[in-house]
Amino acid sequence: MSVSVADVETVEDAADQAERFRTLAREQLPQLYSIARRLVGGDAEDAVQDCLLKAFQRFGQLREAAAGPAWLTSILINCCRDRGRAIGRSPQQVGLDEMNEFSLFRKIAYEDPFPYSDSLHLDFLEDFGPEDVRAVVRELPMLYRIPVVLVYMDGYLAREVANMLNIPLGTVLARLHRGRKLFEKQLWNYADANGLLRRTAR
Amino acid sequence: MITCSEAIRHLWEYLDATTDESTREAIEEHLARCRACCGELEFAHELRRVLASSAHEDIPDGVLRRLNETLEELGP
Repeated sequence: MSVSVADVETVEDAADQAERFRTLAREQLPQLYSIARRLVGGDAEDAVQDCLLKAFQRFGQLREAAAGPAWLTSILINCCRDRGRAIGRSPQQVGLDEMNEFSLFRKIAYEDPFPYSDSLHLDFLEDFGPEDVRAVVRELPMLYRIPVVLVYMDGYLAREVANMLNIPLGTVLARLHRGRKLFEKQLWNYADANGLLRRTAR
Repeated sequence: MITCSEAIRHLWEYLDATTDESTREAIEEHLARCRACCGELEFAHELRRVLASSAHEDIPDGVLRRLNETLEELGP
């Protein structure tokens, strides 16, 4: 069987494309893993594996190299969403109305039974280590966990997240608002369950 | 003047400087007169800092090696 010049060029193109994909992905591995840990915890490695395989198949769709990191992140988000559906309570179980009115600051500063201190609300946060914060974030329903992680932890703009998830900006802003209210409420619950409130009181 | 709950609703956007001008002015007018909401603002600022500083988690060597192996196996 003869091999045409066109076939040789196609093979070289494919090899070149695979190498460009590897270069992009290698650079992004630490960041992808870090995001996946916050979204799906112990399934992070599997989620990144899924992401690499899917992204490689679709690499031809990436038009600009500069958009590579956000493009990989958006594929990772879908992989995490598929894996993480069972993790995190649904918003219905949380009580949206009650949650929208919750203020952790007021809870700590005014409703807390411990003696008044001007910096009690800041002391409260000091007791949370990075592991604690990530554990609380992982408790958020996936709907809110994704924008909270991307915007407040990774520094993406709400507009960029809207593009990544292909949803309107207003929807992202509404989920961020509910997500941070729920995060505040769960910080309090976590502090209560893990004895952090008693330490604050000392 | 806007109410506390209206001000609080936009505090994080205010911190991000992503509110429109009229909302920003309304929040600043409210903050100038409301000590409780100044506390809310300070707390929101600190909460953002805590979230951002908790983001990074190192990738374990074994995980990095396996993911790199997956990448090496990809190809034409």
